[in-house]
Amino acid sequence: MTTTTTAPPAGAQPGTPQTASPASPRKRGHRGNRTPGEGRMAALLLSPTLLVLALVIVYPLLAAVHQSLYRAESGLDADGFVADVESFVGLANYADLFVGETGRRFLNALGNTTFFTLTTVFLETVLGLCLALAMNRAFRGRSFLRASILVPWAVPTAVSGLLWRWIFQSDGIANTLLGSEILWTAEGNASRAAIIIAEVWKTAPFIGLLVLAGMQVIPGEVYEAAKIDGAGWWRQLGSITLPLVKPTLLVAVLFRMLDALRMFDLPFVLIGPGKESVETLSMLAWDESNQLRYGSASAFAIMLFLYVAVVAIVFVKVLGADVTGAKELKLISKKSRTKATRTQKAEATR
Amino acid sequence: MRQRRRTWQTLLATTASLAVAAVALTGCGGTATDAKSAPKAAAASFEGKGPINYVSNRDASGAANKSIEEWNAAHPEEKVTFIELPDSADQQRQQLIQNAQIKSDTFSVLNLDVVWTSEFAANKWILPLPADAIPTDKMIPATVNAATYRDTLVGAPYYTDGALFYFRSDLLKAAGIAAPPKTWDEMKTACKAILALPEAAGMSCYAGQFDKNEALTVNFSEAVASAGGTVVDAEGKPTVNTPEAKAGLNLLVDGFKDGLFPSDAITYLEEQGRRAFQDGKLVFMRNWPFLHASLSATDGSSKVAGKFGITSIPGTDGPGVSTLGGRSLAISPFTANKATALEFVKFFTSEEQAQKRLALSSRAPVYASLFADPAVVAKRPFFPTLLTSLNNAQPRPKVVQYGATTKAIQEEAYAAITGKKDTDTALNDMQAKLTELSAK
Repeated sequence: MTTTTTAPPAGAQPGTPQTASPASPRKRGHRGNRTPGEGRMAALLLSPTLLVLALVIVYPLLAAVHQSLYRAESGLDADGFVADVESFVGLANYADLFVGETGRRFLNALGNTTFFTLTTVFLETVLGLCLALAMNRAFRGRSFLRASILVPWAVPTAVSGLLWRWIFQSDGIANTLLGSEILWTAEGNASRAAIIIAEVWKTAPFIGLLVLAGMQVIPGEVYEAAKIDGAGWWRQLGSITLPLVKPTLLVAVLFRMLDALRMFDLPFVLIGPGKESVETLSMLAWDESNQLRYGSASAFAIMLFLYVAVVAIVFVKVLGADVTGAKELKLISKKSRTKATRTQKAEATR
Repeated sequence: MRQRRRTWQTLLATTASLAVAAVALTGCGGTATDAKSAPKAAAASFEGKGPINYVSNRDASGAANKSIEEWNAAHPEEKVTFIELPDSADQQRQQLIQNAQIKSDTFSVLNLDVVWTSEFAANKWILPLPADAIPTDKMIPATVNAATYRDTLVGAPYYTDGALFYFRSDLLKAAGIAAPPKTWDEMKTACKAILALPEAAGMSCYAGQFDKNEALTVNFSEAVASAGGTVVDAEGKPTVNTPEAKAGLNLLVDGFKDGLFPSDAITYLEEQGRRAFQDGKLVFMRNWPFLHASLSATDGSSKVAGKFGITSIPGTDGPGVSTLGGRSLAISPFTANKATALEFVKFFTSEEQAQKRLALSSRAPVYASLFADPAVVAKRPFFPTLLTSLNNAQPRPKVVQYGATTKAIQEEAYAAITGKKDTDTALNDMQAKLTELSAK
């Protein structure tokens, strides 16, 4: 305790060090100077949050891992009632993911999930960027456009799935407009296309709005300078807009990827459960649990969890997406520090 | 320093009390479950009166609502609320099972499809009914059998269903065909003549329900049975690798291959088929009787009102074999008001209510006497045909693992009719899957 006595700022009441200490963060500075007492205090203050996190995240996760090691050997007793005996099978549920019928379905679902994630996120990003560029210009009715572009994102996915199902049914408007007779909701590539179209329609605005927010903090002077130097629109886009908007874009893309990896409701409502060409990992896990096979359902879910986790980690490490806002915080504190010194200097000169 | 220590103590105390509160909460949860599971032991006694929920598929005719209104008027303290489930039978089953698994008391009286009887009874998700509660001797035997699990009645038969073969009588007449086809070959011949007519331009011959759904299991079972085969024999052993089963599945496969069925019939459920027939796009259709009323609607919504007839579905040598459909009411063991639930089930499935519902609904009652009532037949001209169909009907596989069984059937039958697998491979794979399931 005594080690905390880094000279209290003048005017601080003796005996109230804990109110005084936050007032001198600049002097204390970085992590290394933090005392053990402060660390313990921080841990204590965080403990309710950690407790809640453990309850809603860690516990279900561990429960799923535990469940995935068991398998229900359902049989009928003499009276014809189901006698569910859960027996420990070790990693057998995981081993089954790569062999036989279950293996085929799992790999198919894994392929579908990856395919949908890559295609939809790519298309959304391109489309979202275009939307943001369009909205970033000053024109009449801009705010109206911005609000209306959010509508697809605001519609619940299940509802938009239903809407698109009507559009894509055999005598629906999609076939009428195209003059075609494509069976969008049957198995096949058409159903994949239907999913991609509906998903991009729904989520491109999300990327668009995030990127737009990123674009609006780019100061106008940068563009003015570029104009004076004779840079054209494309050059400005490539050398100013995209590099400066990159941190926001990366975060948006990461969010979308994690979202797309656990895609469930859209293929389920739009095409229907049990259709191989659009079955994703979440749908497979759901279907297994629906057949009351909770062990293998948990194994599917854990695999999906690991897949999502790996993608997230790789994305953050390789592309350096600034998810937690750590870099931004640093920038802000740097700015405020320089501002503070500037005002101090100004006061001094006065 | 002292003050800081005091703060520490406060924090420690807060955290500790939070933890205590959490433990207390879980404790409360525990007691609540105990309290809930207690009456389960005394389930068969049917105690407790009060409001209940009736969970059911949609009744577009409003007849079920009328019965419920009548009950509610007479029993203001034991009101019944109608909870409507989605149209898809798969989704209905999922919701019912999920509620049973969490032992939710929201669902009191369950409207169960006949094929779910074994699964729900074996898992103790429904209660066995008292022996004398339901007048089973007056009901069509097949419907009572369908609501029975291991010699115990677990459901009160509510309505029954058999397939009907809808045909365009005006077009048959125009093509000079005297009687509706009784076999698939006769149907093909009739179609050839009819589709050559100018007024039949752009029409297709036939459609059933072929989307990957419970309805596909129905259509597959009917095709197999109509060709003289079975899906599962009397001992519960799968028999889909027989020549009869192959002939049955080939009827559907060839129907798509030869353009007898519209190509988008692969996306048809009951409703899509109705729309197509009602809009005059189909000459023949296999569907349930409940469509009869909307097809004969004279308010302009149906283009085929007065222009269609019904008969038994076609087979290979004579009339085909329908699947037994229909519903029964069962009582959840997790509901608090079991006495009310039982009384309501008795009331709802009584002959009197069944007769009253006939005024609005074309759903077939389970009481054979109502089919013979001339006043009813005058209103529902398809009833004699349906009774024939019902007397000839075969159940779908009566197995506990019905969910996985029907899934395997759908998977393989869909692969065959979409041309992904040839008939032999699909049926062999189906046989293997069903054998594995029946062993459990």
